[in-house]
Formats: sequence, C-alpha cells, structure tokens
Amino acid sequence: MKQGDTSTIVEIKGGYGLIKKLENLGLRPGIKITKVSSQLIRGPITIQVGNSQVAVGFGMAQKIILEQSNEKE
Amino acid sequence: MGNPNVGKSVIFSRLTGVNVIASNYAGTTVEFTKGYIKLGDETAEVIDVPGTYTLDPTSRAEEVAVKMLKEAISDNKGRNLVINVMDATNLERNLNLTLQLLKQDIPVIIDLNLWDETKHIGISIDKEKLEKILSVPVVPTCAISGEGIKELVTRLHEAKTGTYEYTEEERWYKVGNIIEQVQQITHRHHTILERLGDASLKPLTGIPIALVLIYLMFVIIRFIGEGLIGYIFEPLFEKLWAPVMMRLSTALCSGGFIHDILIGKLVEGEIDFVESLGLLTTGLFVPIAMVLPYVFAFYLVLGFVEDSGYLPRLGVLVDNIMHRLGLHGLAIIPMMLGLGCNVPGALATRVLETRRERFISATLMAIAVPCMAQIAMIVGLIGKYGAKGLGLVFGTLFVVWLALGLLLNSILKGDSPEIFVEIPPYRFPYWMALLKKLWMRTKWFLKEAIPYVLLGVLVVNILYSLRIIEFIGKFTAPVVTGILGLPNEAVGALIIGFLRKDVAVGMLSPLDLTLKQLVVASVVLTMYFPCVATFAVMIKELGIIDMIKSAVIMIVSTLLVGGILNLLL
Repeated sequence: MKQGDTSTIVEIKGGYGLIKKLENLGLRPGIKITKVSSQLIRGPITIQVGNSQVAVGFGMAQKIILEQSNEKE
Repeated sequence: MGNPNVGKSVIFSRLTGVNVIASNYAGTTVEFTKGYIKLGDETAEVIDVPGTYTLDPTSRAEEVAVKMLKEAISDNKGRNLVINVMDATNLERNLNLTLQLLKQDIPVIIDLNLWDETKHIGISIDKEKLEKILSVPVVPTCAISGEGIKELVTRLHEAKTGTYEYTEEERWYKVGNIIEQVQQITHRHHTILERLGDASLKPLTGIPIALVLIYLMFVIIRFIGEGLIGYIFEPLFEKLWAPVMMRLSTALCSGGFIHDILIGKLVEGEIDFVESLGLLTTGLFVPIAMVLPYVFAFYLVLGFVEDSGYLPRLGVLVDNIMHRLGLHGLAIIPMMLGLGCNVPGALATRVLETRRERFISATLMAIAVPCMAQIAMIVGLIGKYGAKGLGLVFGTLFVVWLALGLLLNSILKGDSPEIFVEIPPYRFPYWMALLKKLWMRTKWFLKEAIPYVLLGVLVVNILYSLRIIEFIGKFTAPVVTGILGLPNEAVGALIIGFLRKDVAVGMLSPLDLTLKQLVVASVVLTMYFPCVATFAVMIKELGIIDMIKSAVIMIVSTLLVGGILNLLL
C-alpha cells in the first residue's frame, strides 16, 4: 500500500488480544483506512482511521489484511 | 472516564478548581487525582482517572482507571456516578467505551468535549438524538474555554444507569448504527496544521524537523535560563541579599557554629553563594538563582511541545532506535519528562505496556537522564571551561544510555511490544492553560526542592563539623580516589546526592577539581543512584526486588564508566 492510498480492512490476522487492541482504536474489518506515512527500516506505519491517526508497529501492521489485490500492509 | 486525550483532566480542573497537568497526548494522566465540587449545599468528590479505550485494560494506567470504576460501583450507595468524557470529533471510537460503561451498574452522564472542534472540521452531531438513543444526558462542552461546564454541573443529577441493550458481538454494529443516525460529515480541505502533522511523521521531512526542533528547544531553554540568571537572579542576590547577609555575618562575629550553619564559611572575607554552604546563602541561592531559571525555561518549552501534540510523533520517529533498547517509541515520553525531574519521569513509565519495558525505561532514565536541577548546576560548574567539558559529560551519559539499553535488551528475557498509539491532531497551545501548567510545575519544584536543598545543606554542615565526611572518606578512598580519581572529600557529594543532586554538584565547587575530575564527578553523580524522591517513586512503580536489581546496575555501571573516564581522559 502506498502513501495516501485508502483501503478497507478485510481481516486482522492475530490472536484475541491483538484483535481487541486494534478494535479499541477503531481498527476492525470493514473500516476504511488511509496510510499517512511509514518510517524507514520497518518502522511504524501511521494510518488515518476516521478522524484520528494511529501509529502501528510494523509487525502489527502486517497482520492487518486489506482489500484490493489482497496486499499485506 | 473516557478515552485517552479527550480532555478529562481539563474538565476535572474546571469542575473542581484543582489544577492537574493536562497535555495533548494520550497518557498524560497516569494516576488519579481527587477534588471536590459544591453542588447546592452538598459537596461531591470528583476523581480524575487515566484515559482508557476499553474496560479490559492493556496498560498500568488503564488498570488504574478500571480499578477506580470497579471501586465506584462496589461502594455504590447509589451516589457515585460516571462522567463519561467523549471526544466529539471521534465519536465512533469513543462510543465503544461508552456502550461498555452503559452496561455497568452505575449512572452515567456524557460530556461531548472538543465540541468546538467538530465545527471546524465539518462534523455535525445531533446531540438530542444521541441523548434519546442512549437515554442518558449528553452535554456538549469545550473544556479549555469553559463552555458548557455549567450545564454539565446542573445536569449531573440527571445521570442514569444505562438501559441500552446489546450483546457483546453487536457492539461495533450498534456503534455504527448510532453514528449513522446522529453524525453528519461534510467534506473539507486539509488545514495547514494537518499538513504539518503529516510532514513531521514522514522520515524524509520528519527527522530534520525533529532535529531542528530539539536544537531550538535547547537554544531557547539556555537563552531564557541564562537570561534570568544573568539579569535578574544573580544581581538580586549579589546586590540586595549579599549586603544583608554580610551584616548578619558581622553580627554573628563572622564565625562560630550558628554563623556556619546560617551563613557558612566566608571565602576571602566575602560570601560566596555557591561555596559558603550556609542555609541562608547557598541554601537559597542554589535552588532559586541557579536551578529555578532553568527549570522554569525547561517547563515552558516542554509545555509548548506537549500541548502542540508533537511528543507522540517524536515517539514514532525514534521507535526504531528505542526497539534496540528493548523499548518502543513512546518511552521517549518518560525520558523527556525525566529531563525536567526524574519523579514524573518514573511515573510516566506507566504508559508502557509490559513490566520489562517499565523496568528498562525507569532504570535507563534514573541512570543516564540527569534532571534539570542537576543539569543547571553542571552547566554552572563546567560551563565556564567551555563546551568541551559539557560535551564530555552529556556525550558520555548518552552513550551510557544507549549501551546500557542495548545490554539490558539482550540480557532480559522477552521482547518489546510494538508501538501502538494514537497520534493527536496538532493544536495551538492555549496560552492560559500553558501558563497554568508552567506555574503548577514551578510551584511544585519550589515546594519540593527548597526543603530538600535546605536539609541537604544542613546535613552537609553537620557532617563536616562532626568530621563524619572525613571519616567516611578514609574508608571509601580506594573507590573514590583509586577508581574514580577524585579527592577523598568528594564522598560528601555522593552522600548528599541522595538528598538533592543539585546541592551535591554544588559541593564539588570548593574542592578545586580539575576539569577531568569535574567531568568524572558530574557523570558519577548522575548515574550512581537516584535522589530520594525518585527512589521512592521507583520502589512504588517497580517493586522492591526490581529496584534492588536496578540499583545494582546503577552502582556497577557507575564504577565502570567512572573508572574508564578516569583512565581515558
């Protein structure tokens, strides 16, 4: 996913804890997110969810599966 | 109660008149504060709790919030209630917690805070409809300006226990449903602040911005600190206070026990505010004329950075480096606060999720992050030899911070969780709030520092006059002189450093140390042990066993680093 792209979350590939954690900040299947920026060397990814921005660690971000060409981000 | 960074603390201050620190990032409040409000002829207790996204806590700070709620429910004689503060610009996410609260057996009233911002960003919320759906009162407020607070107070008695029915699985569906009914978003353009927000997060622009910002912070702090010292405090002491003290000195026959306690030793017949070590001379001069200006300048700048919303962004930028140290980006917050004073720094480690992270961050901070009081004294003492000495002290501490973090990360089991944090929008700091926060912190410094400094100076005098320092000095000579290359008397500073590190640094002044010895002593004084106030907080936060481990690390690394410096310089 490129910077500025918007896509819909399809699935969160993680345990109950991770799903809950992401859900609490509004990241769950069916939600549209936009990538704001990413840091070098697998650093955290910042995404826009609704009206707020959330920074997510790289590993965590990989578990968020998006729609469109099923690309991982 | 409410999500992090929705303005609970500001509402609390408005309701009770009790001032609490509020900033623009999630996790400013890590403890609860109590205050009181008059409702008619009754007095009610109001509690400000840390923010939480959910009633299943994921960090220490969230645990505090949930525990407070449980207590309020179990001890409910039908008189406790929850003011659920919501961020009106993020209704959806905030409703998640609200729906959880409505299932608890406690009356709830909703405060839709940041109401003014919804208008700027094109959100309109039908609050009557929201009130009808949730069947609890909903009051829009703008806490920072105070709008709506009156209405909130008058409607407190209307708070009701939730009756909204839903099953756990339906929760998000219901949230979406409510949003559809009450919220309308109109399109709008990106504001300058938002563009700046994005720019400070992209590595290409963000890293230069961070470097410039940090440099600017240092320049401003030095400018204000030195200005205040040079133009206000030093002349005040030299011109006004010194003559008064000289007269007192003469009245006390320029010597004797009481003279030495109050005025201290005269240096060439004059009072030397740093070296005399009397309660009324050094005891007042150090905290007020040497440390206070820097503390004031630091908190002014920190307040600005905190309220703008920059800190979490800095956290994202340094996340990679912090991972090497077994932490994640947010650990930059306790480090920054620690630069002001290690006590709030140690408390701020609560924003970190795991015990391991809290241990590493608290230990690193206590060892390698000197507080502003100590920095001010080191600058005062070594600054006159030019930048080289200062560079050596702070450079060494930085290397220690990095090296020790790498080491702890590889020794301790487990790994650091990933960063996961909300990035608040940039906001222009609100001047009144900023000044209030600065005033609170300055007052807190004066209240905490002056008694301890005076106690420190008194203890020094007693120890000297009973020749105890000399006595201990003989025993510690192999370490202090042998390993660190400092004179025997320097052990006095190490003893007093436990009470106040600024006084301890000041005690080095009369010892006629070389620059090399000053550098070693400054580094050692920073690292060897936290001051008593920080020590107490660390025991509370880490527990005794981890504190002992932490202390062992401190002492061993101090001897190692001090010894190496002594050999190399």
